[in-house]
Amino acid sequence: MTVAPTTRADVVAPTTRADALRARPAGFLHDVAAIAGRALRGVPKDFEGVLPPVFIALFFFIVNVATFSDSAGAGFDYKAFQMPTAILLGVTGISRAPALVLDVQDGYLDRLLMTPIRRLAILLGHMVADIAVAVALTIPILAVGFAIGVRFETGVPGIVVFIGLAALWSLAFTGFGYAIALKTGNPAAVNSTFLLFFPFLFLTSSYVPRSQLSGWLDTVAAFNPVTYLLEGLRSLVMVGWEWDDIGKALLAIAVLGAISMSLCFTALRGRTRRG
Amino acid sequence: MVNEVAIRTEQLVRRYDDFTAVDHVDLEVTRGEIYGFLGPNGAGKTTTVRMLCTLVAPTSGTATIAGFDVGSQPGEVRLRIGAALQEAALDPKQTGRQLLRLQGLLYGLPKRAMAQRVDELGDLIDMRDALDRPIGTYSGGMKRRLDLVAALVHNPQVLFLDEPTTGLDPASRTTVWEEVRRLNDQLGMTIFMTTQYLEEADLLCDRVGIINDGRIVAEGTPEALKRSVGADVIVVRVDGDAAPLRPIVEGLAGVQSVEAHGDELVIATENGSAAISPVAVALNGCEVRVRDLTLRTPTLDDVFLDLTGSHIEREDQTQETDR
Repeated sequence: MTVAPTTRADVVAPTTRADALRARPAGFLHDVAAIAGRALRGVPKDFEGVLPPVFIALFFFIVNVATFSDSAGAGFDYKAFQMPTAILLGVTGISRAPALVLDVQDGYLDRLLMTPIRRLAILLGHMVADIAVAVALTIPILAVGFAIGVRFETGVPGIVVFIGLAALWSLAFTGFGYAIALKTGNPAAVNSTFLLFFPFLFLTSSYVPRSQLSGWLDTVAAFNPVTYLLEGLRSLVMVGWEWDDIGKALLAIAVLGAISMSLCFTALRGRTRRG
Repeated sequence: MVNEVAIRTEQLVRRYDDFTAVDHVDLEVTRGEIYGFLGPNGAGKTTTVRMLCTLVAPTSGTATIAGFDVGSQPGEVRLRIGAALQEAALDPKQTGRQLLRLQGLLYGLPKRAMAQRVDELGDLIDMRDALDRPIGTYSGGMKRRLDLVAALVHNPQVLFLDEPTTGLDPASRTTVWEEVRRLNDQLGMTIFMTTQYLEEADLLCDRVGIINDGRIVAEGTPEALKRSVGADVIVVRVDGDAAPLRPIVEGLAGVQSVEAHGDELVIATENGSAAISPVAVALNGCEVRVRDLTLRTPTLDDVFLDLTGSHIEREDQTQETDR
């Protein structure tokens, strides 16, 4: 059987397939999946943006455990105590927001905005990819934790919930990155989003239990959502199913997420309005 | 009933703070027409296109594409348009095939039809083999061609091309012209293109709108616009400023209008052959040295000069001058 070669006339006048080539809305979930797929395909090309946080998290995890384990006292599992801190260091601020900035600069965001895709799907697609990346990043940190003897009191289901909370926190925090990306279109500004996490990380019980924080620091920690997130995560590792702590962790994520996503979607509206 | 008007704007305005980029523009482009939007840098061409492509909201006025309002029905508009903007809007980290496939996905094309369509589009721009390479490795011309076919994935009714040949070498420019003509001839696609190239507007467009400072200053077929200047044009280049020579030739028989621009005097006349001798004789007696004197038919640049008192200066011409 011989196949006739495609001619230019076939391309510009595809009469037999006119209906197949008719543009139509693809559907919201379909659009989110398409954008997420593209964002995930870009991750292996941006390893330089993904690996350093994991390296930093592992470095501090190992150094802190080596430094404070003995002084923590007998019976206190400092390795398990540090596990949630390491995970948060590894997954916070990881997002495809820098890639979105490049889309703004390359004009590719304009091309996306001219398709029938809903604006929200562009952001959500990136965020779905972020969740997948955050989950993947917890694996090497957990593996190192297991290797040095960390065990979960809640078993495998607890590990799953632990990873889920970490991924949700990562998602809540990415809202700031996307807000800055859409507002400024500046990669340097987006890359510095991680600095926002520093006060959250240090003004809380990251390295010592909350009972050992001094007066003013304890007061500040009480208003820091990371405090409740760490307590929720630690309960899964060190105590068991403490639903009260897990609920507070979820609430902390929700509050931060509500703030960051409001900023993010406001920035998206602003960008699409001013063109 | 099929809407015969593909693009219509009424009193379209876009302001950025105190600056009015597009100033009460009225347009009507019929289905199947190639409409050229001609003007210098900063005239408002790109802003108009961005409004018509739903990327920028108008400050006031209305614009419809195939009968759908860009402000209140942007989703309907987006289904019917394709656009290649001034800078190729591509993702350098994707391959050409990935980019075209994603375009197809977002326009809801079935996967089977899309695979075939991507290959066809690759053939159209003679880049089928290159489609599996990252776009970042493409040359400027390849990026332009890919950008053009990315706008065609879903076979749009109206195609916007914002300065599609700026920066291309002459051969690539000719290829783009051929494709634009073919899309229009064989598919009846309405094409709205902005350009700074007079030749491009003249050769390719059924009608041309000339825009300056955000306002449309003239509109019509290239022939009609050129006829409005006169049957012939005599161009005089001198050493020094040509403005003092203007009164000398203005009163001569057969001279319709005279524009001075730098060292150049552009004289519109009904009969160039008859008018050129009196012009030469009149200028012979003045102190300014005449470098050359040319008789030719009018161009769209002459139309622009006649209407605005300045030439359409292309970016690349300016750069060449700067160099």
